[in-house]
Amino acid sequence: MANSLVMYEEEFSRIHAVCERLIRETHSKVVFLVDKNGQLITAAGQTQNVDTTSLASLTAGNVAAMGGLAKLIGESEFPHQFHEGTNESLYMTVIGGRVVLVVIFDNRTSLGLVRLRIKKASDEMMRILESVTMRAEYSGAASPFAEISDADIENLFSE
Amino acid sequence: MSFINYSSREINCKIVYYGPGLCGKTTNLHYIHKKVGPNMKGKLISLSTETERTLFFDFLPLSLGEIRGFRTRFHLYTVPGQVFYDASRKLILKGVDGVVFVADSQLERMEANIESLDNLRVNLAEQGYDLDRIPFVIQYNKRDLPNAVPVEELRRELNYRNVPEWNAIAPQGVGVFDTLKSVARLVLRELKKGGSR
Repeated sequence: MANSLVMYEEEFSRIHAVCERLIRETHSKVVFLVDKNGQLITAAGQTQNVDTTSLASLTAGNVAAMGGLAKLIGESEFPHQFHEGTNESLYMTVIGGRVVLVVIFDNRTSLGLVRLRIKKASDEMMRILESVTMRAEYSGAASPFAEISDADIENLFSE
Repeated sequence: MSFINYSSREINCKIVYYGPGLCGKTTNLHYIHKKVGPNMKGKLISLSTETERTLFFDFLPLSLGEIRGFRTRFHLYTVPGQVFYDASRKLILKGVDGVVFVADSQLERMEANIESLDNLRVNLAEQGYDLDRIPFVIQYNKRDLPNAVPVEELRRELNYRNVPEWNAIAPQGVGVFDTLKSVARLVLRELKKGGSR
């Protein structure tokens, strides 16, 4: 089986802080970070009316489809995508080939500002992700779930 | 690739329903969505054509409960079964933790089942997975149809790995949860074995 992505409290807080700051600096509505397999890592901003789980899955689907298209024309990926709506727009950036930063914004801000701030946030996010990877390597082969028992698993399915 | 978040205390796993066109992958998800309580499920998303054929994928997030203080979430995906959507199928297998192969029991779909299983093996290999090692279960669907071939025959053609197998009539829910539970169990056991490798 492929590697699990394991996120610890410290890196999670740092990632979340970058997202919070990006919201403030871009005057955007929602920022979220998704891994390329569609798992939501964190979301910041006005998330209460947004189905973040669905958003995460569709973001990953979209990035995967565009990545497939990119390969067909000889590119490795389209790391930046912008979708403009009547009221809301959406900007997606692939970071480190493994996660996607998504910013949802409206006409209170501009695409230029969003792009500019995303660049800085992406660099920072990249460093944090490197430390997530390093920590996973240092922690060795032991699964964080090595201690769960078959009984724990069976309990999940008891009526 | 499961995602373990110590901060929100969640484990997220991805399960993909694979199989030939019209075998009942989407029907499995629809039944699960219909029967599971609102606090356990998210929205069912279907990216389908106007004639309700899956175009890219269906997606259903499920929350199964807690293991040692960690909320276990399963993200269920289906692939488009039609042969010409192969590029999309490959993408959906990215990061998969467990696979359900939904076989169509009808005699005339036997070849399509075999072709789809071969396609699964190839597409998994492209993503770096081995069908002989990944958590895998098989569902023999449409057992109620008069032209259904005997299970022994399906088993001989499709279940050479001898993985858990279930007879199903997906629209009525027969075998649907048995299939889901059995793949979820295998995924969690795999995680226990060494998820952080």
